[in-house]
Amino acid sequence: MTAAIQAEGVRQTFGDVVALDGLDLTVEAGTVFGLLGPNGAGKTTLVEVLSTLLEPTGGCARILGHDVVAEPLAVRRRIGLAGQFAAVDEELTGRENLEMVGRLYRLPVREAKARAADVLERFGLTEAADRRVSTYSGGMRRRLDLGASLTGRPPVMLLDEPTTGLDPRTRQELWNTVDQLRRDGTTVLLTTQYLEEADRLAQRIAVVDHGKIAAEGTAKELKATVGAEVLSVRVDPTHSADAAAVLADLTDEPIVDAVAGEIRLAITNPSASAEAVRRLDSNGLPIAAIELQQPSLDDVFLTLTGKKAA
Amino acid sequence: MIASEPTRLTLGEVLADSRVMAARQLRKTLRKPVYVIFAFVQPVMFVLLFRFVFGGAIDTGDVDYVDFLMPGIIVQTAVFGALMTGIGLNTDVATGVVDRFRSLPISRSAVLFGRTAADIVQNVMTLIVMMLVGIAVGFRPSEPVWSIAFALLIVLAFSYTFSWISAFVGLSVKDPETAQSAGFIWVFPLTFVSSAFVPAESMPDWLEAFANINPITLVVDTVRALMIGEGEVTGPLLGTTAWLVGLLAVFVPLSMRAFRRA
Repeated sequence: MTAAIQAEGVRQTFGDVVALDGLDLTVEAGTVFGLLGPNGAGKTTLVEVLSTLLEPTGGCARILGHDVVAEPLAVRRRIGLAGQFAAVDEELTGRENLEMVGRLYRLPVREAKARAADVLERFGLTEAADRRVSTYSGGMRRRLDLGASLTGRPPVMLLDEPTTGLDPRTRQELWNTVDQLRRDGTTVLLTTQYLEEADRLAQRIAVVDHGKIAAEGTAKELKATVGAEVLSVRVDPTHSADAAAVLADLTDEPIVDAVAGEIRLAITNPSASAEAVRRLDSNGLPIAAIELQQPSLDDVFLTLTGKKAA
Repeated sequence: MIASEPTRLTLGEVLADSRVMAARQLRKTLRKPVYVIFAFVQPVMFVLLFRFVFGGAIDTGDVDYVDFLMPGIIVQTAVFGALMTGIGLNTDVATGVVDRFRSLPISRSAVLFGRTAADIVQNVMTLIVMMLVGIAVGFRPSEPVWSIAFALLIVLAFSYTFSWISAFVGLSVKDPETAQSAGFIWVFPLTFVSSAFVPAESMPDWLEAFANINPITLVVDTVRALMIGEGEVTGPLLGTTAWLVGLLAVFVPLSMRAFRRA
């Protein structure tokens, strides 16, 4: 099977700043791949390299076998890009924006019009089609932007934080669109700060931190790296430090949320929960809530990057 | 490479892309009638100011000042119009719409060729208005129509060339506001230290020396010769042509490079 997206040792520096530090990545054709990472991890830079907007300082990247530096045109014929900010022309109407993009894909006028109408329909923009984009809401612009990137029916879609700043309903719609793309056989690389989103959409997930892949696998595999189960204990926030100290030796590294008074422990031994209750009780630390959970991607994220996810 | 597919675009494709870009630009301009009207206010005010306020105090010898002035103002308007190219391109980069264009399988130069081509169309409208305003305030070109048309063609070529300088400046600075002020920094001295409003001979020697090699002086002198028969044509026309060719040879590639980096 050919990889739809392949990156080998991609490096990108801006002066002294290292945005990508030898990043390796392979995305199988027809799958949705989630690139998860905090702000500044290098996600957007990678998307810019893959979409030929940036020439990498080192390493190489290919889209369906075409090198992004040597064959940028071949790459651009195969990708659709929707970025963090809607790249649409505010002074044109939604329909005009889409028809223009269709024409730039060198579709005949009739076909460009038909596809524009199709995309407008699909993204629920038919009613607003002939209004200027400057009158659109943020969610409508983002939908139009995504629609524009689909106009050329590319086999590979690069979505850079497509749902950042969207309301829940629009986010849900976008998720449905990504599902639809996958069913149509499109390869999707999606960057996100939301673990929930990667978990929901992607078959494989990579965690990016400091310009490198920190871990990669299915959501299940990644969760398994944390531990079998996670014990979540909630105490009064003023007691969180004491509680953490009492429970410290039950796991490698308890994760403490002092504001919420939550302590999360990755445990392997089932008797650890009973032990935790006993210890807290004998130290006079009342438990507000206690729960045994499957590890979430948040736990993975924290374990790998030491940072709390958005 | 996997399959053999064209790695370069054909000229036809570049032209088709440029046409789409130019159509986008013109559509946007026509959508702002108030902007279009205001775009004419400034040059018309310049005409009135120089014709009726300063004109009486400027000695142009045997030539009526209004006849002397209009070729100058027409060129000035064309140059100021070229500033819009840089501001517009900078705005496109700032809003992210250029990122969309750059991720499409189109010619990247089409964005620049399309924009500058659209600016020519806009300048044709401006020139027509300026000629009408000139005639209304007493401008009477003495030369035949073909000669006047040729003069306007030169003005258009000149404005097109300056669009590329403006594109380079606009794509090299950070935001649209800077593009605007940066544009005026080079355009203002260039237009005023020229023969556009006063005869160059009336300036101090050192300034006159600058004015005489200033491309704006050469264009204005060419237009003056072709419209009102004042002075000879060949010298300034050759000078103008040399400037235009030279400036395009420098600023077209520079703008393309700035666009790739913007």
